[in-house]
Amino acid sequence: MRTKAVNEAVLTFPSQSRNESFARSAAACFAAQMDPTLNELEDIKTTISEAVTNAIVHGYPDAIGDVVLKMRVLPGNVLELTVKDHGRGIPDVDRARQPMFTTGGEERSGMGFTIMESFMDNVTVRSAVNKGTTVVMRKKLAPRMKK
Amino acid sequence: MEIQVKSADRNLLLELSGELDHHGARTALRELEEALDAALPQKLVLDLSGITFMDSSGIAVILRARQKMQLLDGGLLVRGVPSQARRVLEAAGVNRLVTIK
Repeated sequence: MRTKAVNEAVLTFPSQSRNESFARSAAACFAAQMDPTLNELEDIKTTISEAVTNAIVHGYPDAIGDVVLKMRVLPGNVLELTVKDHGRGIPDVDRARQPMFTTGGEERSGMGFTIMESFMDNVTVRSAVNKGTTVVMRKKLAPRMKK
Repeated sequence: MEIQVKSADRNLLLELSGELDHHGARTALRELEEALDAALPQKLVLDLSGITFMDSSGIAVILRARQKMQLLDGGLLVRGVPSQARRVLEAAGVNRLVTIK
């Protein structure tokens, strides 16, 4: 069921690796309205970096395509981050989520999903071969004292 | 992503700075291999104190360094790890494979 967002923003950018840095900064800027701790902000940046890199490396291995980053604030101080591509898709999602599994080059470690799962409360992956992959991640941020 | 290479008496020190992500990892891997091939060190130190961001791409670089040093029968030390990078290494269990100071 779709939860109504308190606030949301959507970004679309080409799958160039220079946009990894842009995407994690954009997500951190969006999350700033939730008054996150420094650790939470770092976790958000790391997670987005992993998800966007996956879209770039595995979604579009031989071409440049669109990567969509959707950021939503949900009731209860929950941040929802969605990274979507319309690329090649993942034939076996369960296998892809296993630690150390990678079909990437030597510069990949196979730990991307492990890190996303470790830093977020919930990670959902939907994928269809030659249609694309959508990764939805949620994290409840700690309530802070009002100044 | 920038790497300063310092080598003396088969000790090799690589000081990495900037953002170690997928975009920067290719450069880092290439420079790591070149420096290792030139120095054939007995001890390799990766100093990460200048790293402003690191994701799992950094793990690939560290594991490659570990593999190369095992082939050379040498040792690897990773030091100066900032807190963000440390949490990435711990989440992936790399701290159990590599000496981190």
